[in-house]
Amino acid sequence: MTPTVLVVLGAFLASTVEMVEALTIVLAVGITRGWRSAVIGAAAALATLTVIVAGLGPALTQVPLGALRVVVGAVLLVFGLQWLRKAILRAAGIRARHDEDAIFAREVDEARQTARDTRARLDWYAFTLAFKGVLLEGLEVALIVVTFGSTGGHLGLAAAGAAGAFVVVASVGAFVHAPLSRVPENSLKFAVGIMLTSFGVFYGAEGTGIGWPGSDLALLGVIAFFAVVSFGLVAQLRRRAPLGAPGSVPAGG
Amino acid sequence: MRALRAFGRFWYDFLIGDDWTAAAGVAAALGITALVATTRNPWWLLPVAAAAILVVSVHRGAASAAGPPTPTEPDRPVEP
Repeated sequence: MTPTVLVVLGAFLASTVEMVEALTIVLAVGITRGWRSAVIGAAAALATLTVIVAGLGPALTQVPLGALRVVVGAVLLVFGLQWLRKAILRAAGIRARHDEDAIFAREVDEARQTARDTRARLDWYAFTLAFKGVLLEGLEVALIVVTFGSTGGHLGLAAAGAAGAFVVVASVGAFVHAPLSRVPENSLKFAVGIMLTSFGVFYGAEGTGIGWPGSDLALLGVIAFFAVVSFGLVAQLRRRAPLGAPGSVPAGG
Repeated sequence: MRALRAFGRFWYDFLIGDDWTAAAGVAAALGITALVATTRNPWWLLPVAAAAILVVSVHRGAASAAGPPTPTEPDRPVEP
């Protein structure tokens, strides 16, 4: 029960973060270059991501569970440590925070300056930018959904978590017609980093033959452990290099 | 050839990221855990190893962000 809830929550939060970033790109392109090409580009990317999840997910279930858990654990750990590292550096004020408003302004500026190139009755710049933006932001989500889902046998639930995030972000984006800069993206990334790292440790250890004390409940202990380590690192870095309020320059990732 | 290199570069950046030592550390930690797990049940080993990798990676990131100051550099390092 515990991993099931956390799988859905993890997929939802990770998807929310990436989709907020994708939405910023699609909005910038749509507002400056017209909606038709931007929406077709975003839809084509979503279709590609759906094919990846639908193809890779069932294929992974054919892999022996022990080996699958080691591979999935490794992927989630590497992703999780990357997310967590950036989030800790941002929370400590060492790295600039992600700023959707600044990124939106930069994308709008670039879109206005680029000449029109019509191919297949589409504004090719708008189409490719929306396609690449959604595909690249979504690729990590697709891998997280596939790895989360295939290991615990919850592919449908993980996909539902991601789909829920898409519905929420797309609906709010369509309503407000502006980047969702009020979403606490940096805090969400911190939480997702802790979850990915914890799932990676949990599944990776199980794959190598480790039996967790308390079975699935141990996952909560692992999450608490990484939360303590992460907040400890933030506190230590803030003490060591008090830089004041974090910057607001757009940051990638 | 250039497209192949770009394809490889994309997947390297995507999977390994900007700190390859963390990915290498994860592989080593999983390998050591698997070896020890054949005779014991060291459930604590992977969490501790992952935390150690995180600590080292974060400190490397903080050190590289600080970098050597130049006259035109801002007080706080910013991302491109």
